[in-house]
Amino acid sequence: MQLSSVELKLLRRFRKIYTIIAFLVSLAMAAVLLLTVFNLPAFGKAGNPAENEVIGRYIGKGLEETGAVNIVAAVILDYRAFDTLGETLVLFSALVAVIMLLKDEPGVFTRRYRERSQFEPEKDQIFRSVAALLIPCLLVFSIYIIVNGHLSAGGGFAGGAILGATFILYNIAYGIEKARRFLNEKSFLRFITAALLFYCIAKGYSFFTGGNHLPSVIPLGLPGSIFSGGLILPLNITVGIVVACVVYGAFCLFNRGGL
Amino acid sequence: MEFHLFTNYVEIAAVILFSVGFTTLLFHQNLMKKIIGFNIMDTAIFLFLAAKGYIAGRMAPILVEGANDPALYINPVPSALVLTGIVVSVSVTAFALALVLRLYERYGTLHLDEILYLTRGEHD
Amino acid sequence: MALAHNIPFISIMITILAAVTSLLADKNRAARLCIGALTVVAFLSAILFAYLWQTGTSFTFSMGHFPAPWGNELQAGLFEALMALTFTVVMILSLVAGRERVVADIAPSRQGMYYLLCSLLTCSLLALIYTNDIFTAYVFVEINTLAACGIVAAKDTGETITATIRYLVMSLLGSGLILIAVSLLYAITGHLLMNDLLSSMTELAASGDYAMPCMVIMLFLAIGLAIKSALFPFHTWLPSAHGSATAASSAILSGIVLKGYIILLLKIFYRVFGLSFARDLRVADLLFVFGLLGMIMGSVFAVREKNLKHMLAYSSVAQVGYIFMGIGLSTDIGMVAACFHILAHAITKPLLFLAADGLMDVSGHSKNIFNMQGAARRNILAGIAFTIGALSMIGIPMFSGFVSKFYFVQGSFQNPDKMLVTLIVLALSTVLNAMYYLPVLVTLYLSNDEQSPHRHRQSANSRNYQSVMIIFILLNFILGMFYEPVIKALEQGLLMLGGAH
Repeated sequence: MQLSSVELKLLRRFRKIYTIIAFLVSLAMAAVLLLTVFNLPAFGKAGNPAENEVIGRYIGKGLEETGAVNIVAAVILDYRAFDTLGETLVLFSALVAVIMLLKDEPGVFTRRYRERSQFEPEKDQIFRSVAALLIPCLLVFSIYIIVNGHLSAGGGFAGGAILGATFILYNIAYGIEKARRFLNEKSFLRFITAALLFYCIAKGYSFFTGGNHLPSVIPLGLPGSIFSGGLILPLNITVGIVVACVVYGAFCLFNRGGL
Repeated sequence: MEFHLFTNYVEIAAVILFSVGFTTLLFHQNLMKKIIGFNIMDTAIFLFLAAKGYIAGRMAPILVEGANDPALYINPVPSALVLTGIVVSVSVTAFALALVLRLYERYGTLHLDEILYLTRGEHD
Repeated sequence: MALAHNIPFISIMITILAAVTSLLADKNRAARLCIGALTVVAFLSAILFAYLWQTGTSFTFSMGHFPAPWGNELQAGLFEALMALTFTVVMILSLVAGRERVVADIAPSRQGMYYLLCSLLTCSLLALIYTNDIFTAYVFVEINTLAACGIVAAKDTGETITATIRYLVMSLLGSGLILIAVSLLYAITGHLLMNDLLSSMTELAASGDYAMPCMVIMLFLAIGLAIKSALFPFHTWLPSAHGSATAASSAILSGIVLKGYIILLLKIFYRVFGLSFARDLRVADLLFVFGLLGMIMGSVFAVREKNLKHMLAYSSVAQVGYIFMGIGLSTDIGMVAACFHILAHAITKPLLFLAADGLMDVSGHSKNIFNMQGAARRNILAGIAFTIGALSMIGIPMFSGFVSKFYFVQGSFQNPDKMLVTLIVLALSTVLNAMYYLPVLVTLYLSNDEQSPHRHRQSANSRNYQSVMIIFILLNFILGMFYEPVIKALEQGLLMLGGAH
């Protein structure tokens, strides 16, 4: 890029003014927010406005109404499930946008791949051995987190991220060709579509029955056991699949422009 | 009306971080740093929400055998909001990084001013 | 419980299902799926509107088995139904008319994704219109941002991707402000559903507690949404994004996406803070000043612009200024006028963008006005459409733009403090509008330039494009001539939004 000396001078002067404005804006912003924070309810005190009848019912009746021991899971997948449907759609739209931007046309495979492959470990024995040890543990761990989402800390989002990271580890250690055997582009898209469709239909059913004051036929199960919590367990599993696919898909697209 | 100058220190940290992130996102010319600024900003909000959910001396909202007295547990709603917020922030970051990657492949720079200068020549 | 009460929920679900299944469909099927789903939604919204018009009620629909304040809710009244109907109709028309341009502009492998993102965009707009929960609104604002950036970036040129990143950065600033405002709101009230927020806010307003946080929350929400709807000092991202995208995207973004955020802001005014408290906080005055500045500055930028699409984009900045000015008037008629202008602009700006596309088509795809001499003679329908759109935006009687100006003037009479400045700026802005639209019209209708390489080019518009143009022109006439029922629906709808059942 060629700039004349006059342009450069102008640009530098502009940058100086810009820095000053930036500084002032951030100071003003911080001052306003600090003043606001001083006026907020005290930190960690019982009886703040946020502690009201909403929480009373979530904790007091959550187990009875949703069957979930983990109240956060009950809130995100049952009480405020529409938010979480939106959240899953945010992930979905980001994935679609990333596929659209980064997927290489078939045939031009691919500049990005050639440039980057030189930094990847190629048949690195130490790396492969460690991965072989880690991957089964990670798989079990992620599945545990997903299916215990309604009983303990965790759930579809956390477990799905670990599952996706496991796929990424496998991909790096053993190469894309082997990874394709269990997840190629076609099966990837089918997994995501099936999981999201199930999610939408399951949640659509509960929204529909709820909105029309009809009883739901889904049993809540025995509190505390794995098969309890009504729709929360299957929803956690679908969310886990979606998150794992998005994490892994994003990695592959960034890495070499295709699955 | 009380004035909580010294009790709300977590929230103070959160809003300072928010301002730092906001300013970085708004004024930094390097696109990667803009994205980092965005992440600082969102994380600051999560810190704020987490602080607002905390109630001293109480447990995480995972029911312990039979006890469902609301006075025993912290507020579960901010945790749920933070979870949603994190996913949104991750998705947006992925999209922003993909855009930056495309721009870098095309123009070989991450500097927004330079990119704008280079695109000016492209269209009539 | 009437069956019609399910319509908001079903509309949102249909668009979501269309988006999800589009992932597996090829590009033509995705397009058909998207447009088909939108048609069903438009039809349902019309039924909902008729039902609400007849019964004169509004209702809430709980999303799940738990009532508010524990579960999510949707809320629909006349205002929401009318907006949903308009948005889906404009979306369908823009996509149908822009179809060929999409085929030409966007790589075949991306077209399926383009329509998928359009379905998601509609889903998020519907959710923004109907939702009764402020955090749900935030989540769908983010979907809206991602999908809107996606349909700009779909046309893969350096210009669009640069425009997208600028759009994304500004949108993220707005989202950050909205999210921290929602968090603060939760900290001082402990609620997220609008009805409960409203009662908490009324209590706070009466007791005077948390006055400073309330002010900051309102300010941040207003500025966050103003950034996303391109109010004047925050408009810098708009011209490049709307000017460089493919015609259908420009039409959708200018026509309805900007308005989605304004509707959310209206809901926050009416349903979160309550109109009187919101007025006491004086944020409306700030929006009023920015709106007035936008009306003038948007037009001034447009006068200087030689690129037709950028000119139309700057015109959108000015029109958004009108809407915010109407909101900032703090009078009932001003609010109605602002809502009417949302509708008027939603059917006029897509018409202009699509007509501009037809005119550029017969001028070698140059966006520069000087290369378009005589274009309206080569593509007669697009020329007529552009003329009608331009006249409507200037505010000539018989067209929709005139009605909103008429009501803006009436609205200003109710507020003597702001009357004079409103009238002056309205007059000035009308003159400025004429200053950039009339020269373009003259250029378009000049006799063909003998040197021009395009002078013998004939228009090859598809039948779809032609019928959409005619529908848009008719809509503009209908809204311009028979505006009374619409105004009445908006008045009633705003009353319902304010809580009257």
